[in-house]
Amino acid sequence: MDFSFSPEQDQLRAQARSFLEKRYPLARLAEIATSEDGWDRASWPELARLGWTGASIPEAQGGAGLSFVEEAIVFEELGRALYSGPYFSTIALGLPALARAPDLLAKVASGAFTATLASGTAVQAREAGDRWRLRGETDLVADAGSVDAFVVQARGPDGIGLYLAERHGTRPQICVLDTVDASRRLGRVTFADDDARLLAAPAAAAEIIAATRRRALAAIALEAVGVASRALALGVEHAKSREQFGRPIGAYQAVSHKLADTYVETELARSLAYWAAWCIAEDDGQAELAAVAAKAYAAEAAVAACERAIQVHGGMGFTWDHPLHRYYKRALWIESFDRSGAAHRAEIAQTLLGD
Amino acid sequence: MDLRDGPEEAAFRATLRTWLEANVPSGLRGFRGWSGPALELGRDWSKRLARAGYAGLTWPKEYGGAGQPWRYQAVYLEELARAEAPQHLGVIGLGMAGPTIIAHGRPDQKTRYLAKILSAEDIWCQGFSEPGSGSDLASVRTRVELIGDRFVVNGQKVWSSYAHVADRCILLGRSATASEKHEGLTYLIVDMKSPGVEVRPLRQITGEAEFNEIFFTDVAVPKENLLGEIGGGWRVAMTTLSHERGTFGFALAGALDVAVRKLVALARERAATDALVRDRVAREWIDLQALRYTNYRALARLERTGVPGPEGSVAKLRWSEANQRLTKLAIEIIGREAQVADGDGAPAYWRHQQLRSRGNTIEAGTSEILRNIIAERVLGLPRSR
Repeated sequence: MDFSFSPEQDQLRAQARSFLEKRYPLARLAEIATSEDGWDRASWPELARLGWTGASIPEAQGGAGLSFVEEAIVFEELGRALYSGPYFSTIALGLPALARAPDLLAKVASGAFTATLASGTAVQAREAGDRWRLRGETDLVADAGSVDAFVVQARGPDGIGLYLAERHGTRPQICVLDTVDASRRLGRVTFADDDARLLAAPAAAAEIIAATRRRALAAIALEAVGVASRALALGVEHAKSREQFGRPIGAYQAVSHKLADTYVETELARSLAYWAAWCIAEDDGQAELAAVAAKAYAAEAAVAACERAIQVHGGMGFTWDHPLHRYYKRALWIESFDRSGAAHRAEIAQTLLGD
Repeated sequence: MDLRDGPEEAAFRATLRTWLEANVPSGLRGFRGWSGPALELGRDWSKRLARAGYAGLTWPKEYGGAGQPWRYQAVYLEELARAEAPQHLGVIGLGMAGPTIIAHGRPDQKTRYLAKILSAEDIWCQGFSEPGSGSDLASVRTRVELIGDRFVVNGQKVWSSYAHVADRCILLGRSATASEKHEGLTYLIVDMKSPGVEVRPLRQITGEAEFNEIFFTDVAVPKENLLGEIGGGWRVAMTTLSHERGTFGFALAGALDVAVRKLVALARERAATDALVRDRVAREWIDLQALRYTNYRALARLERTGVPGPEGSVAKLRWSEANQRLTKLAIEIIGREAQVADGDGAPAYWRHQQLRSRGNTIEAGTSEILRNIIAERVLGLPRSR
């Protein structure tokens, strides 16, 4: 029984923290969020150089051969920095399906390839020689405008399979939507007989889809922990420096106890998220339950952390210029991801109480 | 990172589990608290635990302990909770007085007290809180005066668990009334059989009496019973309190695990299709896992640094609130029937648990004090007073 990170893992966290703090000071968040691309494209080769894109990819494919626990550290730190590039999309949503094609893994590890998941029941796949053609629409696809390719869940003659549709010029058609969180843009992807390659036929796809969901829920819980801890840090910083009635407002328990609650919830969320990460890395039987629990709890904790931080900041926290709303909006997106907290708890209740 | 038991922990756990099945007296199964008939079995049960080597698991070998890493204490507490068996009656001695004597005691004090704490020959209680000094411990007023070769103690202590069965008491009193709050404190070991010590049980909200008032009237305490220096009591008391929440979280999470299992069984039986109940049961299950893994993180830190981290306060705070929510939910599921207070059935059980849980946010550090500790010591916010 040892719930601690190794010195190498601690080092990875320190490296991530220092790289991201230097590259993404709070003042830069607005500039990136309002830029044309919505993310710092030049960062991707850096992430690859740091070894983050290939962390869990086998060494034979140019990766580091590490585990989801290392990726977990990166997810948390990226959340803390409100990173807006397609790391979550590629590594959490894309990787399980991409692992079917070693050539693609090597490209992910080297930073030459990014992908996201386009899921939905509306996409149809039909065979065209040794390739496939996809038709249909998927909505709210994370980082749709930033990635090189889409892992698509589409219905073929034998059921739902996994396909890879790469971007070529204006195909498939992508419409980036105006959504709440400008730092993680979502898009509508429309396939109109677009070319695709089969990654997993229905028989194999089901388990990959389930594994993808587990990874995604754990990863997003970790991101939520990062968001919550940054919101907490901002709240604490403000409570220490802002004075009213001749004292820093953090000396008033009405303020400090709110922040203490945020700390407690963030720590509990972190424990759940690390548990889920470990379960996924070890392919533990409890992985799904852990990931669902971690996401339900951490998303709620992140939203509450941001809401309390906004309250502690007073009028300033309510302004567009202050970076807090950007964290809040990420938390709101996280909360909406996959299913609501209530729906996730219903899954847990089903395990505990039956149908 | 590995959340599984290692081979040695797994063996320890398996042996303990079997031992508990064979050794918990029937009168202590489904343990609810040290009162009534349970109390009479307590000392014998504690001696049995000690003989089997389960007392002082983390104490250094030179003082009669097993010298095991903290994780063994964690497994011990988990398994005890799982078996719904009580802890050693001498938890104050084992968890607080003993470690304080190890840290601050003279060699003769270690020889005199430690072995009997382990063997359950001596049960200890704690004389810290007073009617006028609860959360503000440094304001204690019980007088400790050195007259010749002995101290004379006068005052009143309160909320003292085990005092009605205890042989000895760790007492924090004031030896210098004029000096600054913290500097005037002195820490003594008091024999509870001394003339002038009077214990009055306090009946609590459940109707039971688990804690007591202690009155000290001209109680003579030999000078050699001083722990630390005269006027140096605060530092010694801080050692005692730092041990209060060491692996305590495991006992709490273990108890909560039992409670959640019972809640799930109750909900299955009586409200399995109620969507609101299902949501709330799921919440309690998630909170329990969060607490459990927070304990494992705290344990890793404790083993690495030897010092309990802030997670102890987190665990106590959240456990107490979870237990209050959970017991109320059970009462709600049971409905009107939960007005029935006696008998062995679910209504009386949950009613007792629900009433008892109100003490959880007060005992061993109120939730307000724990939030202050987190705000000031963890987050570095300015002091609120």
